Amino acid sequence: MKVRIKFSKEGPVKFIGHLDVMRYFQKAIRRADIDIAYSTGFSPHQIMSFASPLSVGHESSGEYFDIELNSITDTEDIKNRLNAVMTEGIKILKVAVLDEGEGNAMASVAAADYLVRFSDKILLPDDWKEKLSAYYEQEHIPVMKQTKKSEKEIDLKEGIYKLQIRDDGIFMQLDAGSGSNVKPGFVLEHFFSTIDVQLPEFPFRVRRLETYRRTKKGKLMPLIS
Amino acid sequence: MRKLALSDEILMQVEKPARYIGNEVNAVMKDKNKIKVRFAMCFPDVYEIGMSHLGIQIIYDMLNRFDDVWCERVYSPWTDLDAVMRRENIKLFALESQDAIQNFDFLGITLQYEMCYTNILQVLDLSGIPFLSKDRTEADPIVIGGGPCTYNPEPICDFFDLFYIGEGETQYRTLIDLYEKYKDEQKSRAWFLENAAKIPGIYVPSLYEVSYHEDGTIKERKALAPNIPDVIVKEMVTDVSDTYYPMKPVVPFIKVTQDRVVLEIQRGCIRGCRFCQAGQLYRPVRERDVDVLKEYAVKMLENTGHEEISLSSLSSSDYSKLPELIDFLIEECNKRKINISLPSLRIDAFSLDVMNKVQDVKKSSLTFAPEAGSQRLRNVINKGLTEEVILNGAKLAFEGGWTRVKLYFMLGLPFETEEDIKGIGDLSNKIAAVFYETVPKEKRNGRVQIVASTSFFIPKPFTPFQWAPQCRKEEFLDKAYLTRKSITEQLNQKSIKYNWHEADVSVLEGIMARGDRKINQVILKAYEMGCVYDAWSEYYKNDVWMQAFEACEVDPDFYTVRERHDDEIFPWDFLDCGVTKEFLLREWKKAQQETVTPNCRMQCQGCGASRFGTGVCFEEKEGLS
Repeated sequence: MKVRIKFSKEGPVKFIGHLDVMRYFQKAIRRADIDIAYSTGFSPHQIMSFASPLSVGHESSGEYFDIELNSITDTEDIKNRLNAVMTEGIKILKVAVLDEGEGNAMASVAAADYLVRFSDKILLPDDWKEKLSAYYEQEHIPVMKQTKKSEKEIDLKEGIYKLQIRDDGIFMQLDAGSGSNVKPGFVLEHFFSTIDVQLPEFPFRVRRLETYRRTKKGKLMPLIS
Repeated sequence: MRKLALSDEILMQVEKPARYIGNEVNAVMKDKNKIKVRFAMCFPDVYEIGMSHLGIQIIYDMLNRFDDVWCERVYSPWTDLDAVMRRENIKLFALESQDAIQNFDFLGITLQYEMCYTNILQVLDLSGIPFLSKDRTEADPIVIGGGPCTYNPEPICDFFDLFYIGEGETQYRTLIDLYEKYKDEQKSRAWFLENAAKIPGIYVPSLYEVSYHEDGTIKERKALAPNIPDVIVKEMVTDVSDTYYPMKPVVPFIKVTQDRVVLEIQRGCIRGCRFCQAGQLYRPVRERDVDVLKEYAVKMLENTGHEEISLSSLSSSDYSKLPELIDFLIEECNKRKINISLPSLRIDAFSLDVMNKVQDVKKSSLTFAPEAGSQRLRNVINKGLTEEVILNGAKLAFEGGWTRVKLYFMLGLPFETEEDIKGIGDLSNKIAAVFYETVPKEKRNGRVQIVASTSFFIPKPFTPFQWAPQCRKEEFLDKAYLTRKSITEQLNQKSIKYNWHEADVSVLEGIMARGDRKINQVILKAYEMGCVYDAWSEYYKNDVWMQAFEACEVDPDFYTVRERHDDEIFPWDFLDCGVTKEFLLREWKKAQQETVTPNCRMQCQGCGASRFGTGVCFEEKEGLS
């Protein structure tokens, strides 16, 4: 049976890249003695699927992966056992059994919430908030996007589901589907380029808050709801 | 959450920031206010190399079992971070606490290969610790060296306050107790060093003076303090089944060179190959109890979650309970879906059977280390591997489905002739021929792949070849060309690939290996001129090194191409690794006569190591029971 696991990644471990996070969990699952299923063949590997890679340097409180189990105690036990072998900064938040036939984590991802804070090295104009609101209020935001083969114009607005200026940073809900994924840094870099603000290196601190799938009725729901 | 020593901006601009953040699974955190001694354990190379080293994990585990000590780790920052740290004046820090090394009580540096010597200076430099022991004060950490290169510590003796000679498990407690007394009673650093010099295995270079003959060889060595030993005997664990071993080794986040559980099954080697330093330094062979190993294997797999386990020793095939251990591991590992990696096995029916069970035959290759191309030269170096054994092993392997063979040789061995070198091509060809004779055409999947690699021989201290001259760079390269020619002349040359090691760096390694105290200034000069990470070919600057020798008026040839007289006093002769100089000299003479010496299990050669009262020296000999 398939189980979905939600975890957070905060503090120094944000510098661990996606592939290393996968390796980290493979080892953690062995330490926690979870009865995970392995692929067949000469070098069997754990059956595991991650929802959406998180960029190095980003924090998150809404990361997900699925694993296939041979046997299960209960979800609370899995959560506790994994938390007992975690390192500082990575915490298991939820564990849920998936329904038969439910798509894997990676294929399910439709959107994600982000909170972005600015580096204090950005020289913000006094009216940046108004300008950001006006930017988001536009009906279309045409941008040139680099693809593997060529450059093409897309409407960035289609991928920005929400944008709010909050006390603790800029909140955005963005398209996270494979092929249509929008990165929060990309949106803000584009915004600042339209108001001629020069950005320093590493201008944003990004935190992913949640990752969503789309229900049959088209509604966005967290990967574990 | 811990605060890191480096800012997010810096970590985002360097390669693999995970090298510098610590916090790995099983890393030991302690409350600084509840400990007395802070120990920074350093492997002077990049994180991925340093984290793969078993010795450090053993000492790290041991020191952290002491309630009053917190041992942390530090590695050489990679060149990108090195530049940032210099530019922004950031001091080198330990991974666990992220605190500056400068404020630690000890900086321990493991010396695993000579080409890391400039990295020692990098670590001291970035830490803000004076390069020279004589310039350090009570405010600086005690800089202590350990590991195989301390068996000739003289080329780097100015940079260290102490060296620990031998296996680390035995004397650290005594040393730390002395350190606590030094701090509690506010004694001087000189007091500490003088008293440390009286602890078995501890060498304090500043307390000895060396004088030289006019020809540059050593005349005499004098102790400068009363009651310190003239000869320092190595420290050794008598019972390897009852000592420290890390049940919870640190699990790195990023992929490192040795990303697996390492099970050290024995120390030492019975073989006595005459070029091999480890084979002499770690005598006598001591086996770890097989039941202890089984327990360790399971515990370490459970505590790390690693997907692979590897056996470690100089010659695993000589471990007497190997079949029992391997049967156990195969069963345990199949259950847990763990891979088993088996290095340094002699190729025979048993090992092929085992490898067939644990590896994918189609993907793996077999390794032979004949080391020399002819039987004559193999007798000179006492490598008891015959052509017959190699060809039989190859035949069995080809029948078992293997199609890839790796062969390791050395060039520049003492008494080597052109015929010996041509033997490398001949032997490679014979192995290829065995494949075509053994495997019928319809069963072949392409041709056999044979990769012959040569390294250049470097005479090392405490080996029978410590008297031998080393080749010049040009000679090395001529030998490599001759090897290549001998291979291209073979009938099966299309099945044989040939690789050789760089020559420049082998010459420098030879200088460091048998160097004396005059080399210290050259290393410092080379570092000041920009040499660091010499073990990495892309950073190795031979021309700068040669300029450093010239600037210091030190002749590199003195250390390499010169043949030593039988009675010359070597820089390392004040150390006693257990094996006597008389034994080594006997072996040197036997090499000249092409006479083979039986291994420790067949017949004791009286090397001197039996005085430790343990190990193979006290086993019942085969056929005598």
